[in-house]
Amino acid sequence: MAIQILMPALSPTMEEGTLAKWMVKEGDTVASGDIMAEIETDKATMEFEAVDEGVIGKILIEEGTEGVKVNTPIAVLLEDGEDASAADDLGSKADAGSDTDDTDNGDDAGESDVSTKPAAQAAGDMPEIEMENIPEGTKFKKQTVREAIRDAMAEEMRNADEVFLMGEEVGEYQGAYKISQGLLEEFGPRRVIDTPITEHGFAGIAVGAAFAGLRPIVEFMTFNFAMQAIDQIINSAAKTLYMSGGQMGAPMVFRGPNGAAARVGAQHSQDYAAWYAQIPGLKVVMPYTAADYKGLMKSAIRDPNPVIFLENEILYGQSFDVPELDDFTVPIGKAKIAREGDDVTIVSFGIGMKYALEAADALAEEGIKAEVLDLRSLRPMDTNAIVKSVKKTNRCVTVEEGFPVASIGNYISSVLMQQAFDYLDAPVINCTGKDVPMPYAANLEKHALITTPEVIEAVKSVTYR
Amino acid sequence: MAAAKKSSKSNVSAEELMSHYREMLMIRRFEEKAGQLYGMGLIGGFCHLYIGQEAVVVGLEYAAKEGDQRVTSYRDHGHMLACGMDPKGVMAELTGREGGYSKGKGGSMHMFSAEKRFYGGHGIVAAQVPIGAGLAFANKYKGTDDVSFAYFGDGAANQGQVYETFNMASLWKLPCIFVIENNQYAMGTSLQRGSSTPELYTRGEAFGIPGEAVDGMDVLAVKEAGERALAHCRSGEGPYILEMKTYRYRGHSMSDPAKYRTREEVQKIKSEKDPIDHVRDLLVTGKHASEDELKAIDKEVKKIVSEAADFATESPEPALEELYTDIYA
Repeated sequence: MAIQILMPALSPTMEEGTLAKWMVKEGDTVASGDIMAEIETDKATMEFEAVDEGVIGKILIEEGTEGVKVNTPIAVLLEDGEDASAADDLGSKADAGSDTDDTDNGDDAGESDVSTKPAAQAAGDMPEIEMENIPEGTKFKKQTVREAIRDAMAEEMRNADEVFLMGEEVGEYQGAYKISQGLLEEFGPRRVIDTPITEHGFAGIAVGAAFAGLRPIVEFMTFNFAMQAIDQIINSAAKTLYMSGGQMGAPMVFRGPNGAAARVGAQHSQDYAAWYAQIPGLKVVMPYTAADYKGLMKSAIRDPNPVIFLENEILYGQSFDVPELDDFTVPIGKAKIAREGDDVTIVSFGIGMKYALEAADALAEEGIKAEVLDLRSLRPMDTNAIVKSVKKTNRCVTVEEGFPVASIGNYISSVLMQQAFDYLDAPVINCTGKDVPMPYAANLEKHALITTPEVIEAVKSVTYR
Repeated sequence: MAAAKKSSKSNVSAEELMSHYREMLMIRRFEEKAGQLYGMGLIGGFCHLYIGQEAVVVGLEYAAKEGDQRVTSYRDHGHMLACGMDPKGVMAELTGREGGYSKGKGGSMHMFSAEKRFYGGHGIVAAQVPIGAGLAFANKYKGTDDVSFAYFGDGAANQGQVYETFNMASLWKLPCIFVIENNQYAMGTSLQRGSSTPELYTRGEAFGIPGEAVDGMDVLAVKEAGERALAHCRSGEGPYILEMKTYRYRGHSMSDPAKYRTREEVQKIKSEKDPIDHVRDLLVTGKHASEDELKAIDKEVKKIVSEAADFATESPEPALEELYTDIYA
């Protein structure tokens, strides 16, 4: 049967081109791979190769013709034993064919009328999650954040052989920040793996291990160094489930200290909460209390998705009450009311909670009752809890250490405008770190971070005091 | 093309030669059809064809056993067909349809098969190299004797993460074969213009990883090198590097005007080194197959590819609900 040769698309964006030159003439025999024509696109002149074998029966578009639309028949190829009359038939049908194509395109345009969900909902739209259940009469013990993380990893490693820890100095050194203390002794070098200083490489190896069914915990000495590995985290770990149509993903945890420590300067003091929270396919948590560190770490290790677990060096040594339960978990995606109040909602997470709670204490003395909401998870974010609280208080201040542009607070403000506009009695204020690289000098560093007086000031502003 | 160290043996069964012929022809016809569908606008975006390099994956897959894994770059159609994935599912992914391996959500560069242990299809140059070592890490961790193949090109061989991976793979003796498909051009940059040392198989020396250069246009040489590499990895000796000297006939992607090399250069390789012609000659001169038998294979392959193309054009586009599925497990 004669074959129509169509004007090819030679780049992702090409819609039409110039048929610059025919390299064959009617009656020529062509084989697969032979150059048939030169076609000019807006970017380059390209050679157009034959795919099928046959004899050029008829050339439909003369060389030098400009603006030839993609898929327009440009020639007819005859197979063995066919004569030129077959080409005539097809050549005349070709014109009608291109009209039909146009109609098809019109249909396609109509189909793109997709009722996609607004972005603000996509991340926040989540089913109701049960709060962690701590039975009455449960005993609590004082534990540091450091111990809570270690205990959570150890419990999950005892539960499942697929769970292992890898990173720089996690084994023999016992952890650069002593998080993995004792784990090498209990689990041995097969499961507590010291890596060379090579974040990009070991993050990628861990992603491959996760694809193959293991459950890696990757420790970054700090999240500043995870910048070296961010391609593997985002392009490989976060996107594969989607790109594989659900066939495989990366059940793993990337964890380590995030944000400012003390006096370590610009390259070691960045809060990456907003960066990772932007990525579909990742879950992101940033707890404050030792109990939440423990419960969320256990949930993160069990989660079938890649989880970014943002810790804080300053919090590592702080003690909190942790429930003495055999298997205490905190659900990812559920905020917690850390302090109840009616006058204003302060939303924070991670070390930001320290400023939020200090501010709430000071404000209480002046008769302002602040409700403090600890987000704990940033993706999925419990926006329902934020909206619910703001509908009660009618005011909102967000607190975080990260940079002000495209911050977590910015996102919360947009959610409140869309979902609680009529309840707001004042504009939402985002308290953030300053828009500067972290300075080294002690006095400048203090000012670069968010401070408790700034939170107090913001609350007074939205409560018109 | 540089001379290869190993030459192929002659005592190969007719069945094996026929299998190589058929598998390589399948890839070539599939890729030609993909190019055609791209030209018709049925395949969008980037599309990187494997034509010319067929012997590499066909030879290595012949040497591999059930359970071995593979991961590669975005020039991945050949790898998928060679490991037994269904041409229909691959072609339908190229056209972005529901019947594709990733339900149309991955496309030419991002495709996977858990069943065939094909771990992608990666669009970021060299990202698949540590991932391949990670698959090997899992094999060692679980105590299996499976080996992973991490395929990458001469361009990717200059990425830093390759050497981070070489170091750890050797340090931890991971059963991983690093297959460098040296097709001479990193997009438009020839090896000479982009590599301080053109002998890529020596790139593991600093890490204690043995490597060899192989005539990647000779499927039998490829298979034998693959057997050596697999034996090395399975015996617990750690990783191995195979530099496949090969050549791509087509552009880097469909929109490559190919000004960086002459038509004569391409034509010379096609006429003197074509991997399919090579096996065809062995079959005919060795009287292993008649012209009629070979024609029957051609016809059968053409039919399978044609059916794949029909499936890929008839399969519906993914339902709009698919936009929001498979983001979280």
